[in-house]
Amino acid sequence: MTAFEAAGLTRSYQLEGVTVDALRGVDLTIGDGEFAAILGPSGSGKSTLMHLLGCLDRPTSGVLKVGGVDVSTLDDTRLAELRNQMIGFVFQSFHLLARTSALDNVALPLVYRGVAKTERRARARRALEAVGLAHRLDHRPSQMSGGEQQRVAIARALVGDPQVVLADEPTGNLDTRNGEEVMGLLERLNTDQGVAIVLVTHEPEVANRARRQIHVRDGLIERDVA
Amino acid sequence: MRTAEAFRMALEALRVNRLRSALTMLGVIIGVSAVVILVAIGTGAKDAIEDEISGLGSNIILVVPGQLNFQAAPTQSRLDLGDVNYVRRVVGDPSRVTVSVQSGENIRVGRNEAFVTVVGTDENIRNVFERPLKRGRYLTETDIDTRRRVAVLGSEVSEQLFGDLDPVGRQAMIAGVRFRVVGVYEKVGATFGVARDRETHIPVTTAQRLLGVERVNGIAIGASGPDVIDSLGQRVVDALTARYPDEKFSAVTQTQLLGTIGTVLGMLTGVLAAIAGISLLVGGVGVSNIMLVSVRERTKEIGLRKALGARQRDVLGQFLIEAVLLTTIGGTIGIALGVGGSLLIETLSPVPASITLWSILLAFGVSAVVGVFFGVAPARRAGRLDPVVALRAE
Repeated sequence: MTAFEAAGLTRSYQLEGVTVDALRGVDLTIGDGEFAAILGPSGSGKSTLMHLLGCLDRPTSGVLKVGGVDVSTLDDTRLAELRNQMIGFVFQSFHLLARTSALDNVALPLVYRGVAKTERRARARRALEAVGLAHRLDHRPSQMSGGEQQRVAIARALVGDPQVVLADEPTGNLDTRNGEEVMGLLERLNTDQGVAIVLVTHEPEVANRARRQIHVRDGLIERDVA
Repeated sequence: MRTAEAFRMALEALRVNRLRSALTMLGVIIGVSAVVILVAIGTGAKDAIEDEISGLGSNIILVVPGQLNFQAAPTQSRLDLGDVNYVRRVVGDPSRVTVSVQSGENIRVGRNEAFVTVVGTDENIRNVFERPLKRGRYLTETDIDTRRRVAVLGSEVSEQLFGDLDPVGRQAMIAGVRFRVVGVYEKVGATFGVARDRETHIPVTTAQRLLGVERVNGIAIGASGPDVIDSLGQRVVDALTARYPDEKFSAVTQTQLLGTIGTVLGMLTGVLAAIAGISLLVGGVGVSNIMLVSVRERTKEIGLRKALGARQRDVLGQFLIEAVLLTTIGGTIGIALGVGGSLLIETLSPVPASITLWSILLAFGVSAVVGVFFGVAPARRAGRLDPVVALRAE
């Protein structure tokens, strides 16, 4: 099984009448349970690649299969369901709902899966326990440190038992110690639960924690080091 | 996503922005309470006037020569007591037919003097009109037949001339002629500006002699039931026209009066409700406006929800429910205020107010529809947001 399979992937944008080619033909396969980092300077196209892999966006051309499913065959609704079932997101700026408890933040993906409230909360509680936040269930994001917030976000990525976790600069807003902790969590997740991790970063030391480094530059894969 | 979940989310969002939600609702609250209050006043006025008309008696038909007025000037009338007897035969039941001859006259008791409407009528007036007696007796057939100089006073006339004294058995001078008071009517109030408590009733035969006329002003018939009113009125008019081919006669029924007045007041109520409805519409525009602001403000949240698997319809539903909750909660508060306001107006002012279920249901329904109508555009915008763009928004 492969988590992602991309062939000839391109993505161009129209910016004030000018066509910008963010991705210019990417071939990439990421297998189940892999731990890969996508590296590149800003503007290299790594974020665009992550959005495509995360099914938040559609390629201009090329074929992308997520968990074996060709995304071009899915309408927006099915694509949303695919995201919900297969992919967990971790963002640089956490993206937690303010004024909502950690528990409810973590349970949110299950809301869209139609899971009943009791079960949702039980699963969210287990996910928070797994990231070491059993004592923070009813805290709101504003009552937690950045590191804790990112761990809540990781718990939210995990709660739906995804095949892949896409982490976009997950340590970008954290200090070294918290960054270290988050990376440790992602590694554990990968080794213990076999969840594939795709990490987008511009920091080589973070990328080096992954077992594979995919270097992106000018919309193309420059180097792929395993 | 389950509907209950969507409601919970929407309520949460409204709770978080309490002040803004309240201000947005205010437009709807004012609109709905205005609809309820104005309809209540319109309906109250209609009820009051209809009560007044029904207070005359039931199933009344007024037969008048030419124009449509029971109290027209005597000179214009062609009808005399012979015609009244003719009408009695047409109707079949003589006791259901009564007559009126009237004139404004001075009435004097000692030093007290009053200008009143002297109505010459007969013993059947009590069968046709609602005229309860407070003291003494009504006019009798003998009074009419023998042209007795007896009078039954309206409550106001009695008060003005006799004060607290019981006038029954006492004497009064009407147009310089001595009459004996035999009865006093209960207070009945005014109908169409006719002060019925300022009337003095004397036998129609006596009145004709007193006023020097042969004619009567009009004939009133009390139909046996509501379903025969129209046919009976037509029958009497036809019979009179057959007798006087050159003359015109009209029959006015209470139903006609009620119908005309009901239509006019119904239109008035409709216009009031429409004006209030416009303010409800303006409230709806406010909801739309705030929802658009809310969607813009929460773009990031929408992006996140979509990333986590929210479908277009989930996001659309969430915002639509939010808009509908704004207007229906506002609508419910508006109904409460409208009902309270109507009761207050009813209690504190002479304006009658009658709360109607239909205006409440309508106001609530309209506010829900307004919520859907004005919530759709912002909710669609939210649902269609591109998750990548939304997540990047600041």
